[in-house]
Amino acid sequence: MNDMKQPKLDTSPKVSDEIRKTTCYMCACRCGINVHLQDGKVKYIEGNRDHPINRGVLCAKGSAGIMQHYAPSRLRAPLKRVGERGSGEFEEISWDEAFEIACGWLKPVREKDPSKLAFFTGRDQSQSLTNWWAQNFGTPNYAAHGGFCSVNMAAGGIYTMGGAFWEFGAPDWERTKLFMIFGVAEDHDSNPIKIGLGRLKARGAKIIGVNPIRSGYNSVADEWVGITPGTDGLFILAMIHELLKAGKVDLDYLRRYTNMPFLVNCEKGSPENGLFLRDGDGKPQILDRTTGKPVAFDEAGVKADMGKDYVANGITYRPAFMLLAEKYMAVEYAPDAVADRCGIPAEQIRKIAAQLARIAFEQEITINQPWTDFRGQKHDKMIGRPVSFHAMRGISAHSNGFQTCRALHILQILLGSVECPGGFRFKPPYPKPLSAHPKPHAIVTPNSPLNGPHLGFVQGPEDLLLHDDGSAKRIDKAFTWENPMSSHGLMHMVISNAHAGDPYKIDVLFMYMANMAWNSSMNTSGTMKMLTDKDKNGDYVIPKIIYSDSYSSEMVAFADLILPDTTYLERHDCISLLDRPICEADAAADSIRWPVVEPDRDVRGFQSALIQLGAKLGLPDMVNEDGSAKYADYADYIQNHERRPGVGPLAGFRGKDGKGKGRGEPNPNQIQAYIDNGGFWIDHIPDEGLFFKPWNNAYQDWAVERGIYDSPQPFVFDVYSEIIQKFRLAAQGHGEHQPPEHLRERLQNVMDPLPIWYEPFEEAAVDKDEYPIHALTQRPMAMYHSWGTQNAWLRQIHGTNPLYISGKIWESHGFAEGDWAWVTSTHGKIKVPVVRMDALNADTVWTWNAIGKRKGAWALDETAPEAKKGFLLNHLIHELLPSKDDGMRWTNSDPITGQAAWFDLRVKIERVAEGDGQSQPEHPPQKSPVGRGPQNVKYGEDFK
Amino acid sequence: MTTLPQSTERRLGLAIDLDICVGCHACVINCKEWNTSNYGAPLSDMDAYGANPVGTFLNRIHTFEVKSEGCNAQTVHFPRSCLHCEDAPCVTVCPTGASYKRQEDGIVLVNESDCIGCGLCAWSCPYGAREIDRAEGVMKKCTLCIDRIYNDNIPQEDRMPACVRTCPAGARHFGDFADPESNVSKLSAERGGMELMPEQGTKPVNRYLPPRPKADIATDGDIDVLAPFLAPIEEKQGGFISWLDKALEAI
Repeated sequence: MNDMKQPKLDTSPKVSDEIRKTTCYMCACRCGINVHLQDGKVKYIEGNRDHPINRGVLCAKGSAGIMQHYAPSRLRAPLKRVGERGSGEFEEISWDEAFEIACGWLKPVREKDPSKLAFFTGRDQSQSLTNWWAQNFGTPNYAAHGGFCSVNMAAGGIYTMGGAFWEFGAPDWERTKLFMIFGVAEDHDSNPIKIGLGRLKARGAKIIGVNPIRSGYNSVADEWVGITPGTDGLFILAMIHELLKAGKVDLDYLRRYTNMPFLVNCEKGSPENGLFLRDGDGKPQILDRTTGKPVAFDEAGVKADMGKDYVANGITYRPAFMLLAEKYMAVEYAPDAVADRCGIPAEQIRKIAAQLARIAFEQEITINQPWTDFRGQKHDKMIGRPVSFHAMRGISAHSNGFQTCRALHILQILLGSVECPGGFRFKPPYPKPLSAHPKPHAIVTPNSPLNGPHLGFVQGPEDLLLHDDGSAKRIDKAFTWENPMSSHGLMHMVISNAHAGDPYKIDVLFMYMANMAWNSSMNTSGTMKMLTDKDKNGDYVIPKIIYSDSYSSEMVAFADLILPDTTYLERHDCISLLDRPICEADAAADSIRWPVVEPDRDVRGFQSALIQLGAKLGLPDMVNEDGSAKYADYADYIQNHERRPGVGPLAGFRGKDGKGKGRGEPNPNQIQAYIDNGGFWIDHIPDEGLFFKPWNNAYQDWAVERGIYDSPQPFVFDVYSEIIQKFRLAAQGHGEHQPPEHLRERLQNVMDPLPIWYEPFEEAAVDKDEYPIHALTQRPMAMYHSWGTQNAWLRQIHGTNPLYISGKIWESHGFAEGDWAWVTSTHGKIKVPVVRMDALNADTVWTWNAIGKRKGAWALDETAPEAKKGFLLNHLIHELLPSKDDGMRWTNSDPITGQAAWFDLRVKIERVAEGDGQSQPEHPPQKSPVGRGPQNVKYGEDFK
Repeated sequence: MTTLPQSTERRLGLAIDLDICVGCHACVINCKEWNTSNYGAPLSDMDAYGANPVGTFLNRIHTFEVKSEGCNAQTVHFPRSCLHCEDAPCVTVCPTGASYKRQEDGIVLVNESDCIGCGLCAWSCPYGAREIDRAEGVMKKCTLCIDRIYNDNIPQEDRMPACVRTCPAGARHFGDFADPESNVSKLSAERGGMELMPEQGTKPVNRYLPPRPKADIATDGDIDVLAPFLAPIEEKQGGFISWLDKALEAI
């Protein structure tokens, strides 16, 4: 028997030599982190308590940053391909040589035809820089990853209410009493949502999760709606039906703040049909209840009617609200009519609609804060409807996603719960009216910049990017009749179109942080083939590929020239108000990354390399008059670049004295000021401007002072979309800009100024009896696809990704534990391990995204489970719809925005009794330019 | 055999809220990150980039489904780490005295210099809360971040276990269960905090706060009463148009 012997412990050991505060980059969330350094090495990373995004907490990814920073898969120097594409055979070269090669390829392109460069970036957050670079180069072919991520969510929000979820808005976590989430992936906005859910739970607010899969947030929701994929729009419109039938909509809100009172031309066959009645100044007209006469919508003191028609010159004009009410009160939107398709009991739809109404209207909250609206009317308080919504890829990655996203925003607006206390709130620089957004540009002039920003928001058919012969100006066919409102471009079509030479061939493909040869492409095997395909002369069909990545990803193997990026702890970055900032609903905020440790390899931050390349190419804004480089690197640019006079990448500490907020001259000590302030800057909105921002004079004035815009931009919400109607009129034959015949019918159907639901395209095209199952992917909370490497700690949590199969499918197919299955779509076939899951929509299977890896990538052993058992669902998803035998290449995208329709996938499944432990398809290994990681890791040993 | 203290002055432990835990693994990884560089030997990762990576973790999340006939299934995330039992069998079974429970706060620790890696403690723990570190050959377990909670080099507000400080959803709470007024005692009393497997007689200090009932599985009773289905506007009073006109006039 050992007696109690209690050793004496040092309970106050030294933690570290120093803490440096920067911004995390283990996902897109952009949390503040305290990086503890000891002996110059990273010892510990924790959340920064002062930071507005994460308030001190940090997720699994952020906490695993050490393993990312010291990953064996880090690239070490620029690489030049020496083997065949795809093989992974490279030699290390100097930066001088790398720039020489890149300039040798890019200079002639710029001189002859800049559109022969396609420059697409992935999930980075430097789009205001990359877009500026591409404009200076002069190519129209630039976009980031939004088209294959969530453009439906972004465009749906901006076209409806001048702002969207995630970076640009959030529920009022302090006050909301019912929070409803639709298709919210577990990775997105991760810490703020987790913090928020915890806060809601702590004060007894209710959470409803709408998702075919009950994992993550949906597992803690107080109520789960296990909806059938692709039917969210129907479910939402059925709730709108219930609310309208019961008169449970916020009429005062709709009348003041939306275009619901606007008078709509109802003359059938007229070129003005569906457009607003406007006065001589072009202002939309509403019917004044007092006088019975039409007046401009923004006139002071006007009391709009929303129920009466106005007839002039024999033409009937009807308030948009009546068109909406007529549409959604129809029996086709009744809960009983949609329940089966949605896979939800009609009773549950009714119950949720009733709860929304009860909380919105019977539990309204009041803040005693006077404010003045844009019509000049003073309000003595702020009234809130404490229901809020959030949604993400689950509703947007469908071919009916844009209209579904719009439907959701309209539900919020009908309840009067956007920008009020307890509802959904915008974060600066939003709200911003559609008219304040740029339109897309694509006029190419050799040796000159493009005529304006690439991406934007079309306001009618005249804004499409088409040549006179009707062909697309952009390689991805964004802003064409195939997807007129494709505000983020179509990254998923770039390689496919460049390979097909449709609309034209390119010379150089330049990409950053986009793993297109693996998990970031639909049709992965096909994409790998397109990248390696040669013409009859033996030349690659896509002639030159430049790629930048920090790690030895699958895409690296397919490039001809690699520009090695740094890790996130070795770089400068700005999380900018010109891009995707870290603002809160109460405040403007932005932040930086800075090299808290210096790279020990011959690598450069991609943004620095891009600026240096731009200077070597002599791009106008990147060189001085004498031809010398204007900016040494990204840090120099961040501090000294001005987008408009006094407005630059960072809004804080501007001016020589560092006191400028939003506006002010460049400050030579700005980055140091951010470092001294914990890596970020925050500026609170005055109390009077905190809510009702689109209509609130105090907010508008503050936004102008801060440089968010140059004059007040009040606007009303476009519940009824006149812009969409303009495309429909074109489809009907009106106007000088006409769609091709083969798209008329589709445009007529989908371009509805009030949201509709239609069957997702793949579902409509396939035999549903043959392919009865929906197949989805999600990203886990503890892993962010191929953003970074396959992390030594995180891979122990997510090293394999079984296909989760609903209990119904499991039993009907006679699956047993340890089984594998063949999963087949109209496009492809994969062999995968399976696991039963009952907390899942009965007709759905799913897996984690991007756990599967190609052998040889990421410095993993070729026998790693990621490469043996791991798999991608992407092999089953084509970037094109099944052939219609018409010679057309119909993209598998939303017909309005071009959003990649990942989640439309339909499959069939077949049991494999004995697996050989290898998933299919199996690709040959790529050679690793960085070798394989060490056998064992004992991180922390050095600090003992 | 090693003896346990008769009683401890404080009973430090965790209250873990299963109603809030979303299963994100933040606690798992931040724990690993802190502890690999602090108390005792590093938490190794064997075959870190290979076919069978096996690392040492002091805390793990298990995800499982709860099913009952005719109801939707429910997903539950269950964080598992040492419960710092009062009658800790892992201590009494230790042949060298390496495992011990601290008199002052009840924290169960391993004195690694005395640990021979025999694994008896892991075998005796009904919760599977101990793991042997394969590189070092010593037993590893949750220390409740003994090198954080009293650490004068850490700001007062951060003197809590790494898992608690990092938990994004606020599902983990740290405190003294011996003090009925502590945050954890009060939370546990309010929410019906549960001992894990009390039949084992180990008297765990940690408590789990159970998930609240789900409206789609078993209603908590308030929904049907307070939110009856919406009543449509009466047709006989002129229907929607008439309602709209009156409602607009009333504003």
